Amino acid sequence: MKLAFQLAYKNLVGAGLRTWLNVGVLAFSFIIIIFYNGLIDGWNEQAKYDSIAWEYGNGQLLHTEYDPFDPFTILDGHGVLENEQSKNLTPILLRQASIYPEGRMLSVALKGIDANQTTLELPTASLKNSTAKIPAMMGRNMADAANLKKGDEILLRWRDQGGTFDAAKITVAEIFETNVPTVDGGQIWIPISKMWEMTGLENHATYYVANENFQPKNISDWKYKSQEVLLSDLNEIIAMKKISGSIMYLLLLAIALLAIFDTQVLSVFRRQKEIGTYISLGMTRSQVVGLFTVEGSMYSIFAMILGSIVGIPLFAYLAKIGIGMPQASRDMGIPLAERIFPVFGIQLIVGTILLVVIAATIVSFLPARKISKMNPVLALKGKLQ
Amino acid sequence: MKNGSIISIKNVTKRFPVGEGEFTALKNINLEFQRGEFAGLVGPSGSGKTTLLNIIGSLDSPTEGDALVLGKNISKLSHKESALLRNKHIGFIFQVYNLLPVYTVYENVEFALLLQNIPKAQRQKMVMEALEWVGLASMADKKPDKLSGGEGQRVAIARAMVKKPEIVIADEPSANLDAANTHAILKTMRELNENLGTTFLFSTHDEKVMGYLDRIVHLRDGAVEEDEIIKSKTQS
Repeated sequence: MKLAFQLAYKNLVGAGLRTWLNVGVLAFSFIIIIFYNGLIDGWNEQAKYDSIAWEYGNGQLLHTEYDPFDPFTILDGHGVLENEQSKNLTPILLRQASIYPEGRMLSVALKGIDANQTTLELPTASLKNSTAKIPAMMGRNMADAANLKKGDEILLRWRDQGGTFDAAKITVAEIFETNVPTVDGGQIWIPISKMWEMTGLENHATYYVANENFQPKNISDWKYKSQEVLLSDLNEIIAMKKISGSIMYLLLLAIALLAIFDTQVLSVFRRQKEIGTYISLGMTRSQVVGLFTVEGSMYSIFAMILGSIVGIPLFAYLAKIGIGMPQASRDMGIPLAERIFPVFGIQLIVGTILLVVIAATIVSFLPARKISKMNPVLALKGKLQ
Repeated sequence: MKNGSIISIKNVTKRFPVGEGEFTALKNINLEFQRGEFAGLVGPSGSGKTTLLNIIGSLDSPTEGDALVLGKNISKLSHKESALLRNKHIGFIFQVYNLLPVYTVYENVEFALLLQNIPKAQRQKMVMEALEWVGLASMADKKPDKLSGGEGQRVAIARAMVKKPEIVIADEPSANLDAANTHAILKTMRELNENLGTTFLFSTHDEKVMGYLDRIVHLRDGAVEEDEIIKSKTQS
């Protein structure tokens, strides 16, 4: 085997431009595959971190009648937990409401949250410290959509516990920046104590957000969703994104492998005299097949070296400064930071190397198999077989 | 009989499929070659010279009959056994040299020794010795494309001889060489034959080559026409 590597190395280096073209294309594939997966992994990490920090906490306890995907359940999907049971939980009460910025009506989800909470990164301290009668906070996207700025007053209309419409002016106490659109777009946050007063739903909550000390237990009328369950939708979206993206890089890899396959087919065809010479010098046919296969797989090793020379500084730089995401991408409804910091894990790199080396070896072996059936006499004459 | 039989061809027939029929390249050949012979198969194109050499070199096998080389029946050898026979005991010299283009002169000659897993220091000694036999020690680092025809063929001789095989098969070695180079390489081979006792077997229709041979086997249409022993007939 060592001999095959020595000979393959000499043959590839000796082949000059043809080798380096294949190596270049394969190295490009390496870089793209690792970059794309690193970007997705970075996005995945960031999205999970932000979702936990801003929305999911250590899990959520939802009223059994509340379905986050069905707005008709908001009206009745709420209840009260006893004090002992609500330990380590932050209550959030959700109601539908409307605001009237610049004379137009805008439907919003009105969310009451404990202003003293520290489980989520929502800046609820600004609600606590505000002197406004009904302080409110909202995310940057919501503020932009309603053309609101800090200090603005806006008319809010909601329905109380009996279904009667009521209205009051709320004051924008805080506009926060977040990567999590599900706590931003179409939502207004006010202190839950104010919301209880406004709706008459004293001590009610639609769901609770657990902190890290919460121990899940069965509570009648409430269902617990763990962090993993809450993140499953996000994981599915990212997995889908990974699959759709993989089509692109698999195509690129296929082009690179096709180039190797083509080179191997041509080599077996053009180097028949050389194959005959190897056999006449005492190589077995399987040794010659091995030599040609190693030559093909060595393209991937050269590509790995070239890819490392170009890729390592590039990836280190990108992992440090991140990659800016366009605003349009952030409107997709999934947590997406302004800058994503790709994660180039050892598993990703080793996995990609194995994928490319194994694939290159297989596509090299397929045409090389023909050698085992070659007649050495005809090979020495360079006759087509 | 110098030192005993090294090649024994018994009733060898070789047929090749041609279209739907067959072409008989060798017809019931019976020959014996002794250790240290400097012999040649002579005849026009299509007479079966190369086919017989390929069988002796274990690159091909007879359709009928037995070809015994160093006591081994070529027809009964596996791919691996025939590769081992070629690697250790048979050297080849081809009409177009068949040097490996990406290797240097040194590496081309070293190749057969690499296959035998000979240690580097010993390999180096053997390669340089073989290059000195053919007068090319100073060109060890050159690539084949920088060599003249005569030099290329001398590298091929060194490559065939470096492992000190019992038999060297030379298929039309002078076909691409001028007269001066032909005489030069034949002299070299003759010296190696005399000094190392290697059996040389040529296929040729070159009169200049024939002038060096001790024995000429005339082939015509796949059959032995005449087996001519020419004792001590050498040119210098």
